[in-house]
Amino acid sequence: MRFAIPIVLMLGVLALLGFGLTHDPREVPSPLIGKPAPAFALPGLGGTPPQLGNADLKGRPVLVNFFASWCAGCRVEHPLLMQLAKEGVEIVGIDYKDTDADGAQWLQRHGNPYRVVAADAQGAAGLDWGVYGVPETYVLAADGTILFKQIGPVTEQVWREKMAPLMTGAKS
Amino acid sequence: MKPLLWMLLLIGSLAQAQTAGLDAAQDLRYHQLINELRCLVCQNQTIAESNAPLAVDLREQVKKQLGEGKSDKEITSYLTARYGDFVLYRPPLQASTLLLWAGPFVLLLGALIWAVYFMRSSRKPVAGPRPVDEAAVQKLLAETRAALAAQDEQKP
Repeated sequence: MRFAIPIVLMLGVLALLGFGLTHDPREVPSPLIGKPAPAFALPGLGGTPPQLGNADLKGRPVLVNFFASWCAGCRVEHPLLMQLAKEGVEIVGIDYKDTDADGAQWLQRHGNPYRVVAADAQGAAGLDWGVYGVPETYVLAADGTILFKQIGPVTEQVWREKMAPLMTGAKS
Repeated sequence: MKPLLWMLLLIGSLAQAQTAGLDAAQDLRYHQLINELRCLVCQNQTIAESNAPLAVDLREQVKKQLGEGKSDKEITSYLTARYGDFVLYRPPLQASTLLLWAGPFVLLLGALIWAVYFMRSSRKPVAGPRPVDEAAVQKLLAETRAALAAQDEQKP
């Protein structure tokens, strides 16, 4: 009986360590999940279209992707976004804390997977959406509810396992 | 000489630290608030310590809302609505943080119980020596003497 105490304690410590080591502390759960997307009104990148808002996100499930030309992680996920766009996934881009010229040039060089791109030069929309490090990608249902948030680059696995089922599920 | 110079510089910088656009009371609240809000980019720093662009934005936001006359509570709830309770260095007491708040006291209580139990058990008299088996001792003595005697006889 006595010898069991250290073993139980040790197992407890190991369980806590296991929990701590397999959870990424950088992944802060967003309080916006399950809530309507925050209101935003931004000009389109380069002024076209002149105004983008929540109405542009409704009617079908969309991905909202915060990116920037200065963001390294955005380069990582970019090929996947291009591929998804080719497959017919609708992606709305928000160019975060960037100049229109840099953003447009970046899209020209690497390809444009977005249906429309809004320019959030001051990061005001980013603040309302709880963005703290680009890239961040939100899955929105047809009614504009936020279903999921990916912090950091979207990977093949995250898309397949978490985002794609939500996109198809939100369609019906 | 050098420490004195540094101290003067420090005092000078403190005197100038009042934030633009805020009165003294607001400035105090500003510094209290930004020292209790976490920068989400560099998570072990407050937004007062961090120079990450997001921390700068959040400081601006706090300053702006203080200037508009918002209460501390309104400002923190503005931020938790966007970034979650994680932005607060002092998490609120609620069901999901109960373990966090109560944990240390539970551990302390457990340690006290263990200490009392430990002290009680160590005060118990230690079991005395086993009763001596007199016959066995005598037998062993006799054998030893016989053996010694035998050894002596063998000596030339």
